[in-house]
Amino acid sequence: MEIFTIAITAILINNIVLSKFLGICPFLGVSKKSSSALGMGLAVIFVIVTSSIVTFGIYHLILTPLEIQYMDLITFIVVIAALVQFVEMVMKKFLPSLYKALGIYLPLITTNCAVLGVALENIKYDYTFGQMLVYSISVPVGYLLVIMLFSAIREKLDSAPVPNAFKGNAIALIVAGLMALAFSGFAGLV
Amino acid sequence: MKKAQIFLAGLFKENPVLVMFLGMCPTLAVSTNLDNAIGMGIAVIIVLLLSNIVISLIKKLVPNEIRIPIYIVVIATFVKIIDLLMHAFTPDLYASLGIFIPLIVVNCIILGRAEAFASKNSVWDSILDALGMGLGFTLALLLISGIRQFIGTGALFISNPFNPTQIFFSTGNLLGQYVFGIFQTPPGAFLVLGFIVAALNAFRLNREKKKVLTQDKK
Repeated sequence: MEIFTIAITAILINNIVLSKFLGICPFLGVSKKSSSALGMGLAVIFVIVTSSIVTFGIYHLILTPLEIQYMDLITFIVVIAALVQFVEMVMKKFLPSLYKALGIYLPLITTNCAVLGVALENIKYDYTFGQMLVYSISVPVGYLLVIMLFSAIREKLDSAPVPNAFKGNAIALIVAGLMALAFSGFAGLV
Repeated sequence: MKKAQIFLAGLFKENPVLVMFLGMCPTLAVSTNLDNAIGMGIAVIIVLLLSNIVISLIKKLVPNEIRIPIYIVVIATFVKIIDLLMHAFTPDLYASLGIFIPLIVVNCIILGRAEAFASKNSVWDSILDALGMGLGFTLALLLISGIRQFIGTGALFISNPFNPTQIFFSTGNLLGQYVFGIFQTPPGAFLVLGFIVAALNAFRLNREKKKVLTQDKK
């Protein structure tokens, strides 16, 4: 039951983009077409799940026994940067078709604050391994859901008569605001 | 490039938030009141200044292939120092900024300036660039949070970050019961920033139109 609560909260109520404001840059940048939004969303799921497992392990198996928890930020960011590079190389060698689909989005993810954010939150909330796993899968699923919806709206927006001053990022931000308003209706669901 | 130009570019023409759309996550998340905006702005200015100085000092030593990881480690070190200092001396501000203090590491403004400016220019120019960009970020944050705080709560106030009970400046509630609580919530952040960007666009389009008209007359 608790796992279900964590999942629903992370996907709908405290959505990573619309209520926690993490990963806004790619959310605005890579959402002009549904296909690229899907690629970005899947790449984010992949990277967040792997990097959460690795950083969680490092924190509890290396940093805590050595009592150097204050090194968390520096270790995590290096691990995430290295991991993204590594994933990219492995994918290029063994899964060329997946690499073709996700390749260009992977380097962008290092600076996606959602990845470091989830790694830090797993520690902050004192999650057990199981809870951590559920949380780090649900958060990027919420990201995928929102970026897909947003890109579908933006595709329609291209043919809409938007005033000149609002063209581009201004109208995109207002659409995101209205989506956040709709999502705030989920508050109190759990 | 002239020294004044380097400094002013970050403030207006290349404002990191309102023109270049960098560092959106902290901008939207912490802009609920002026205290948060000032705290976040100062933290970013300090980190940006220190990382720009160090990166422009070591620019000749850094091999080109691994420059990004080196920059990230330099930035992460300074962010952790600020994080620990704020935890110790400004606990209330630290609690309200929350996860966005450690996330300064992945703020695109800082890595962006390291890569685009500090790694190619002298230390003195990098200091000016860091101050200009940092102040530009702070100004944008103050604008957004001022609007959100005023419409959302009806009052503007600034308190001492080291001692929140001491209030430097307060207007009291000017709007009475006619406040829109929505502006304090996440949707309000998106809407306010969207309208500010649109207003700037309208201003720019208007000026371009005038320029074309005066050129036609000549």
